Amino acid sequence: MKRNLIIGGLLSAIFVVAALVSFFWTPYDHTLLNIPNKLKTPYADHLLGTDHFGRDILSMIMVGARTSIAVALVAVGIGMGLGIPLGLWAAARQGSLIDELIMRGNDLIFAFPSLVIAILITAIFGAGAVNAIIAIGIFNIPVFARITRGAALSLWQREFIMAARVAGKNATRISIEHILPNVTNLLIVQGTIQFSLGILAEAGLSYVGLGAQPPTPSWGRMLADAQTLVSIAPHMALVPGFAIILTVLGLNLMGDGLRDYLDPRLRVART
Amino acid sequence: MLRYTLKRLLSLCISLAVASVVIFAVIEVAPGDPAAFMLGMNAQPETLAALRAELGLDVSKPARYLAWVGGMLTGDFGTSYTYRTPVIDMVSDRMWVSLPLALYALTLSTLVAFPAGIYAASRRGQAGDIGVMGATQLGVAVPNFWFAMMLVLIFAINLRWFSAGGFIGWDKGFFAGLHALTLPAIALALPQAAILARVMRSSLLDVLGEDFMRTARAKGLSERQALWRHGLRNAMIPVLTIIGLQFSFLLAGSIIIEQVFYLPGLGRLVFQSISARDLIVVESVVMLLVFSVIMVNFLVDLAYAAVDPRLRSRT
Repeated sequence: MKRNLIIGGLLSAIFVVAALVSFFWTPYDHTLLNIPNKLKTPYADHLLGTDHFGRDILSMIMVGARTSIAVALVAVGIGMGLGIPLGLWAAARQGSLIDELIMRGNDLIFAFPSLVIAILITAIFGAGAVNAIIAIGIFNIPVFARITRGAALSLWQREFIMAARVAGKNATRISIEHILPNVTNLLIVQGTIQFSLGILAEAGLSYVGLGAQPPTPSWGRMLADAQTLVSIAPHMALVPGFAIILTVLGLNLMGDGLRDYLDPRLRVART
Repeated sequence: MLRYTLKRLLSLCISLAVASVVIFAVIEVAPGDPAAFMLGMNAQPETLAALRAELGLDVSKPARYLAWVGGMLTGDFGTSYTYRTPVIDMVSDRMWVSLPLALYALTLSTLVAFPAGIYAASRRGQAGDIGVMGATQLGVAVPNFWFAMMLVLIFAINLRWFSAGGFIGWDKGFFAGLHALTLPAIALALPQAAILARVMRSSLLDVLGEDFMRTARAKGLSERQALWRHGLRNAMIPVLTIIGLQFSFLLAGSIIIEQVFYLPGLGRLVFQSISARDLIVVESVVMLLVFSVIMVNFLVDLAYAAVDPRLRSRT
């Protein structure tokens, strides 16, 4: 089942490369207005057409990829950076007050409709990429904490952990040296899934005007601009839409592929 | 069962209390004084002080928190700063759009996901399974507001089967109202249906490998009979959890979908209130949304414990 991994990896790579290349080169300046040339459907000069200000959509997609990827990546970073230590801590002190506190705190965050709170945060502290990152990142914390704790709990019962304890290592060292390396695969897979969810969430937030602010292009805001023009210039909606779908699809396929690839037991079980 | 219920009830109360503190705190640290915002830049200090007193903004924060929570417990959600109408009236008006929309979407997604998941599980590894799973991968990847725009383009603008937005209200009859909510409900249901179908499939596949399924086959049931009589019922537990969780996604998702279709629901109310700095409305609506999500999950938990005695001892 390496097929998922390859297709997903390629799809994701296209957008990562596009984002990286956009730092040095885009076909046109993505802020360049060219009103006489507006709402052009794709043709040789503008491969993906132009928007209502005559801006080159391909250039905007490339720079927009940068925004989407950066927001989702940092949000996953926040989730992992806080969630993994919390999960490890809870597992090491299983059944204690701290475990209970961490897990109930997680449940509480899960109970909040994430998008509602993201909208609340960005609306109150101001729209912008940084607040969008924080809003999305907070909801990644319980995801990683829960997964880390769940996997770590079963590891704590294993003989090699017992051996490490007998050797005199304390819980912190065991967590870092023995538990963490054994849950990394799981976390990588979950990371790609959260990454794709982050891209969707960023698109949603910037669609309602709470993500990255103009002139920074973002896929969500391109869709918001396209909405009123969808009947006369459908390409303005189709292009950013497909960009989001392909990126998310690529990341999800890559996550599935990675899970199969990193867990040999699953590979046997599935065939 | 009583012990379990009490324990869950206690954690429900704690969750609600913490949630209310968090929401209140977030709103409190928000920059901008609602009274100053309402009166504009050139307000006289006396007028400002008078309005602050009228809105209850002049008392200490803990006192304001207690007044807010106390009011909510007795059904008094406060009075909107901008519209000067009770928040509860505004909320109950909007509720008649958001709640039917969420339920409509939940029904649609279940109606699509159950057959799709069962079909895929029963054709495991064959073309039908691969087709359904491919479709769900796509369904999860499509942003629902983009899907909504495409629905409008095709079914409202080109085919003219539905209107592109707005809501005519339930006065024109049940089916007219339902008709107006159809496109938004489909847009909302798509990603949920994809997730639900995947859960249904994998849960059924887990159950199909169980001993009792082999026993059912051994006593002479055909594979299909065993699936319908014994497999489905046992596969429902994870599926019900997801349906409970989806309720919160549907509420949240409806905020954006309401923007696409200009529906006068709770989501648009939150947006309008945020931009008008009508914080009492924001506070109460968000609390109400969180309350309903926590409540649904609580009920789902209780429902399980009633159905499956094993769960009662586990927590």
